[in-house]
Amino acid sequence: MSQPTKPAAPAGRAATKKELPEHFKGYKHVWVFVEQERGQVHPVSWELMGAGRQLADKLKVDLAAVVIGPEGEATRLAAAEAFCYGADLAYVVADDLLADYRNESYTKALTDVVNSYKPEILLLGATTLGRDLAGSVATTLLTGLTADCTALDVDADGSLAATRPTFGGSLMCTIYTLNYRPQMATVRPRVMQMPERVERMPGRIISHPLGMVEADIVTKVLSFLPDRESAKSNLAYADVVVAGGLGLGSPENFQLVRQLASVLGAEYGCSRPLVQKGWVTSDRQIGQTGKTIRPKLYIAAGISGAIQHRVGVEGADLIVAINTDRNAPIFDFAHVGIITDAIRLLPALTEAFRARLSPHSRDRIAS
Amino acid sequence: MHIVVCIKQVPDSAQIRVHPVTNTIMRQGVPTIINPYDLFALEAALELRDKFGGEVTVLTMGPPSAEDSLRKALTYGADRAVLLTDRFFAGADTLATTYALATAIRKIGETYGTPDIIFTGKQTIDGDTAQVGPGIAKRLGLLQLTYVARIGTLDLVGRTIEAERRSEGGVQMLRTRLPCLISMLEATNEIRRGAMADALRAARSTIVKWSAQDAGVEDISKCGLRGSPTIVKRVFAPSPRAEKAALIDFSDRSPAEALIEDIFKRQPKLEAELVALARGF
Amino acid sequence: MIEERFDAIVVGAGMAGNAAALTLAQRGLKVLQLERGEYSGSKNVQGAILYADMLEKLIPDFREDAPLERHLVEQRFWMLDDRAHVGLHYRSEDFNEERPNRYTIIRAQFDKWFSSKVREAGATVLCETTVTELARDAYGRVIGVRTDRYDGEVHADVVVLAEGVNGLLGTRAHLRDIPKPDNVALAVKEMHFLPRETIEARFNLKGDEGTVIEAAGTISRGMTGMGFIYANKECVSLGIGCLVADFQKTGETPYGLLERFKSHPSVAPLIEGSEVKEYSAHLIPEGGYNAIPQLFGEGWVVVGDAAQLNNAIHREGSNLAMTSGRIAAEAIFQIKSRRDPMTAQNLSLYKKMLDDSFVIKDLKKYKDMPQLMHIQSQNFFLTYPQLVSKAMQNFVRVDGTPKTEKERTTLRSFVKARSWTGLFGDAYRFARAWR
Repeated sequence: MSQPTKPAAPAGRAATKKELPEHFKGYKHVWVFVEQERGQVHPVSWELMGAGRQLADKLKVDLAAVVIGPEGEATRLAAAEAFCYGADLAYVVADDLLADYRNESYTKALTDVVNSYKPEILLLGATTLGRDLAGSVATTLLTGLTADCTALDVDADGSLAATRPTFGGSLMCTIYTLNYRPQMATVRPRVMQMPERVERMPGRIISHPLGMVEADIVTKVLSFLPDRESAKSNLAYADVVVAGGLGLGSPENFQLVRQLASVLGAEYGCSRPLVQKGWVTSDRQIGQTGKTIRPKLYIAAGISGAIQHRVGVEGADLIVAINTDRNAPIFDFAHVGIITDAIRLLPALTEAFRARLSPHSRDRIAS
Repeated sequence: MHIVVCIKQVPDSAQIRVHPVTNTIMRQGVPTIINPYDLFALEAALELRDKFGGEVTVLTMGPPSAEDSLRKALTYGADRAVLLTDRFFAGADTLATTYALATAIRKIGETYGTPDIIFTGKQTIDGDTAQVGPGIAKRLGLLQLTYVARIGTLDLVGRTIEAERRSEGGVQMLRTRLPCLISMLEATNEIRRGAMADALRAARSTIVKWSAQDAGVEDISKCGLRGSPTIVKRVFAPSPRAEKAALIDFSDRSPAEALIEDIFKRQPKLEAELVALARGF
Repeated sequence: MIEERFDAIVVGAGMAGNAAALTLAQRGLKVLQLERGEYSGSKNVQGAILYADMLEKLIPDFREDAPLERHLVEQRFWMLDDRAHVGLHYRSEDFNEERPNRYTIIRAQFDKWFSSKVREAGATVLCETTVTELARDAYGRVIGVRTDRYDGEVHADVVVLAEGVNGLLGTRAHLRDIPKPDNVALAVKEMHFLPRETIEARFNLKGDEGTVIEAAGTISRGMTGMGFIYANKECVSLGIGCLVADFQKTGETPYGLLERFKSHPSVAPLIEGSEVKEYSAHLIPEGGYNAIPQLFGEGWVVVGDAAQLNNAIHREGSNLAMTSGRIAAEAIFQIKSRRDPMTAQNLSLYKKMLDDSFVIKDLKKYKDMPQLMHIQSQNFFLTYPQLVSKAMQNFVRVDGTPKTEKERTTLRSFVKARSWTGLFGDAYRFARAWR
């Protein structure tokens, strides 16, 4: 519709050109921070491995994993797994002080390794841990950080090009950290595709000491309360997702989304306005500031499809849009569309699926 | 006790209206608001002040019009407002922003008393990066607690604070020492409506305005565009997909039937998977 | 309730409220102004035309920093039928004077500026604060207001009700009736953005010159209504409104009316290629003199649209609002200077001063117009525009018909439509209502 606005010309700045200071010229290789908590590696780390591998190949450099955690099996396994997802080497900082995530210890561990081994690119997942850590690390290293990227690439001159939505989500912008190292970027879970896991022997592992004692760390973890299993939503990794937007008109109508999801064994979600209105909790928000999803089937009911939302669902295999407005932007990127009232279609769809999927209803456990 | 709350004035994307006939988005005259995430931080700060006594200072870095948001913050009950405004701050990325804010917070400490806690909101609705809180903490050498869902005990004598931090898969109960920085999670409280007395006081207050120099910025090259390691090189509209959505024609069948047929035609394996999923329910 | 007392409380921060609060503050009175919107102007919608003369009485040097769009050099009156318009245009270089007489403005920006002047003058202005009811003493005298803020009752010597045409405060307090549907119009408006050069070319303007088009006729389908097109710096404001009673009767929608207006062959080319960036709707008082409610009481006065002080014939509302606000403030100041209480008797000074001003004089002059326009709406908005348009076309077309015959045809068409009695009756009634 409208021309993309030009970025304001950087006033009084010499460089939109790369003029890398001498002491940064030796920074090489692409690093991915492998996030593990309580023995589990967050899948976003492997998604980033895949993205990192592509960057490293283009730059013709190595891909390294950085594993930070307690001494023992979990950390060792995490490092070994990294090679199965494409790492050429792994830096490991293993210390029992790192058993629970705390900003002070993890920041020191990561910045020490960076300062010792000097990567040109450092990627982290934009999770609660990742965002807590990335900001501290970037500020300590006084380098540039581009958060919540939707695409990563390298230019001909080897600079990292990090793309993310801007202007409230209506446009995209590409951001560079030309003259500082490492170039840091965070990416939300599910934005990058999970790469193939290939069984490989672990490669070169470089250990690095933490160099702290408990007394050095001020913040103490008093306890940890895990979420109830039933309360957890698996929206980001669900195979089938049904979501509703403002077109549903009222919070009561959102129940229709949940009913369809239930019949499909799917997760349910919503667009941002519904969270802002308080109709649905924020953990169900799909979109740039909510969850990114990559399901096999995504049904969007009454969602207009602003880019905010689009970047959260573009990776889905089949996007079905239900909307009464044939000019809604969602039809620009959905695969299938149906112009009708979602409030009427959802219950009909629920019944039709119910009949189609389980003709032998006695086989089903009550849903 | 002295608490500093960092807020940001942002355009209110929720108030962008849609034209009733053309369905286009109308951006003209979109008002600015206090970043909604910051209100949770402000309320948490006000609650602590009400409980333990002391003052809440609200700080923002922005253009002169950001005064509106500060005045609103005063209306909610904050005691003091500081506007950090200077053309040198324009175009700042998170590193340059945290440099300016950290410098101003130090100045606030010198002028009004060292803060015990710095509050920030989780992220902004226009930037969404959630990096400014951690950045400020690092520069000021403060301990940080992000994604805080609830503040527990505060011991002003022992100088400790306990809080619940949302982590992946659960909640961490943390204890750390003051001074510290806390970034509040959304929906953890509801901002109060200022009493008439607060509203009157806010209407009459003078907002303290600091330029970079007033705030004690020593190195102007660390501010604004000049102090930003990241630069935006390209802004573009996303390329439309080659094909728009194939619209389903349901003139001869019920729309539900037509849609299901189409879905399974495109993804034949999906039907079997869904049956399995439904059984497993 | 709060301890602090004020000399006056002004409810509302529109044109009337701001004028009142400014004047009171300038006179050294302690004023509290309460606005329910987020900021002054957030709830106000207007074409909009600013009348410099009235604003000069409040802020003589307003031209220095007020946000002004274009100064008006031309006024066009259009009588529309479906495919044509008959226009009366007046344009004069005289309007390119040092202190121009009228400007187009954008209310959201203008009100913000106006409100800053009110604050500068020393008034305390609170936004996002709704006055829920008037506070009264045991004798029923108004002694202040209650608001929706905690501990939100505030007392003052007098309350100035500048709450707008919808003002629920006064109606709920039974100070006046809810405006009847045939005394109020619903108008809708859009802002169409076009490059400056395009606006200047299409409207034949140079620099900051501006033009105003006021249109009436078949576009309102026989309903009593009027459309407008104003040229701002980089956008064109256009809108149309009709009496609420007429909308109710015909079932037409304001938006449908606006679409028709925009697609009229005389209007469409003016906004071709524009980007619509704002859509708003508002109620306008249309009842005129006969609809003016009680203007004052024990401890209160009412000003602006809330008092139905709008000259619908000339589309003058904001100047009457500003003037009534200023006059009310002056009256209050005089009473205060005499150290007299704000009784109804003393506050009647406001009405007296208003009666002596152009505000009531103009409204009185046109007091029968609203009624006439409404009862005769079919004639004035449908029949006559069509007749006049056909007559003009007949006059203008050169087709070999002898001129005398043309004139006879035209005359016959008028008589056929309205009959001699009708024509004379209309002319007479119109002339009387005009006077």
